[in-house]
Amino acid sequence: MSTVAEKTLSQKIKGTVTPGDIVEVPIDFTSGHEFSLPPAIDEFERINVDTVFDPDSVAVIPDHLTPSPNQRAITLYNRCKEFAMKHNTLFYPQGTQSQEHVHIPEEGLITPGDVMLAADSHSCTHGAIGVFGSGVGSTDMAYAMAFGELWLQVPDTVRFEFVGDPETWVSGKDLILAAIGRVGISGALNKAVEYGGPVVGDLPMDERFTMANMTIEMGGVTGFVDPDRRTRKYVDRRTDAEYQLHSPDPDADYALTYTIDCDDLEPQVAKPHQVSNVASLSELQDPEVQVDQAVIGSCTNGREADLRTAAKVLSGNTVDADVRLIITPGSQRLERLCIEEGLTETFLEAGATMENPGCGACFGMRTGALGPGEVAVSTTNRNVRGRMGHRSSEVYLASPAVAAASAVTGRLTHPSEVA
Amino acid sequence: MSTAFLFGDNIDTDLIAPTTADEDKTLVELCMSGVDPSFHEKFGEGDVVVAGENFGCGSSRETAPLSLRRLGADAIIASSFARIFYRNAINIGLPVFEIADATAKFSQGDDVVVDRSNGVISNESSGISYSAPSHPAFLEEIIDAGGLIEYGNRKIDRRDGHSE
Repeated sequence: MSTVAEKTLSQKIKGTVTPGDIVEVPIDFTSGHEFSLPPAIDEFERINVDTVFDPDSVAVIPDHLTPSPNQRAITLYNRCKEFAMKHNTLFYPQGTQSQEHVHIPEEGLITPGDVMLAADSHSCTHGAIGVFGSGVGSTDMAYAMAFGELWLQVPDTVRFEFVGDPETWVSGKDLILAAIGRVGISGALNKAVEYGGPVVGDLPMDERFTMANMTIEMGGVTGFVDPDRRTRKYVDRRTDAEYQLHSPDPDADYALTYTIDCDDLEPQVAKPHQVSNVASLSELQDPEVQVDQAVIGSCTNGREADLRTAAKVLSGNTVDADVRLIITPGSQRLERLCIEEGLTETFLEAGATMENPGCGACFGMRTGALGPGEVAVSTTNRNVRGRMGHRSSEVYLASPAVAAASAVTGRLTHPSEVA
Repeated sequence: MSTAFLFGDNIDTDLIAPTTADEDKTLVELCMSGVDPSFHEKFGEGDVVVAGENFGCGSSRETAPLSLRRLGADAIIASSFARIFYRNAINIGLPVFEIADATAKFSQGDDVVVDRSNGVISNESSGISYSAPSHPAFLEEIIDAGGLIEYGNRKIDRRDGHSE
């Protein structure tokens, strides 16, 4: 009868919800970064409360502009720091910085069944472990910090089943791009999304996070990946807390259901300037698409599996002389792992630039801004005009394997060509 | 009387307010610059934006509705809104109205009258009025309070036993 979104919200309010209901939901966790938190602090200070509702449930995670590249960024960073100190919230200062959506589940700060409404649109990432995660704005964030609850309209749910047998090198990124290409960027507008089927069941957790992360790119509220033993194992390794891992009922009511046939599915690429502008990689090889920059990282693809895949493709290869390859680990733990396991050596040997953990080049303001007319292949989640730099630049979204292979040849390239 | 400025489907937050727009001046000057860099010179106090499906998709940055409000937008009328943008607009007191096929019902430069309290949008140029679905009662309460922060402060007053 019920979808995961309905079960989660029903349990939270200790009642039964149906789509369309507006409920005030207790918030288990909320977080903000340098862009979204300072305006939330301004609003928070207008509320007649002395402190945040629960310091352990509020995380201040500078990741967009840290280390600060300019005066504006350091002003924002210091505002975040001052607030975190004053209210004794969780805080990850420079030196421990990580990308928030990589760090939060990695450290077990949230667990299945939680509701996490946070000031970043990619908070939907956490549906990969059964958390009702969703982005909100700064005023909502202020209210959540003050009251520990927020209003929410219970969403309908859209379900995707991934079946068939994709070709080698197809990852979670390719599956989610295929789904967005199918339904468009408003295909799940204001709805929760569920991802299931045998192809998703075979994915490692890191790739499930990638899928949930891009739910907002089809307009979705949050994106749950069907849970299994792998989900439990991931969570149990990171927390001792009790949790509720909800599966959808077999006869749950969905607003829409889609079956994505993955037989012979190739790596997928989102062409400029819209995420739903998806093509199979082979369609972009004649004429060739030359690239000036390749980016591997971000809340979409800055996890362990992504870094390992990149290393596998780059090993023994050299980045094309005309390409800048930027690799950004999603967390400090991963930065260390890269050093300890020799991935850093592989990246540097190939000619990549290794960057500090965080959001990286995604929005063109911390690092790797594109010049006029330049083209990037990026593992990030948005390719709207001007996002990574100049208005006339272009971004193609792809998997870490495709981004790494393209860095080697200087054009959009299938990983099997170089690895 | 407001002048309608028309936009298509899927106008995202980076187009409405790029990441470089974050202060009073840049919020105004860069408003809608992703679609039309000279938008801020043409759009005046009290004018309205009319758009297609999924207006405000993308980032959660509240600078998107804020830039439109700072530039003087009286209301945004769209076929549909992205959820975060819709929340943000209500939270900061920028009226948003959903009218099906909005872009087919208005043309660039049309004279428009917005009756906020009754949710009636009149296209004076075509002579046709449209009624937008009313907000759920809970959202009306937030709007009536003057925004989410004021709503929260009222809640504290009630909890502490102060009369409103």
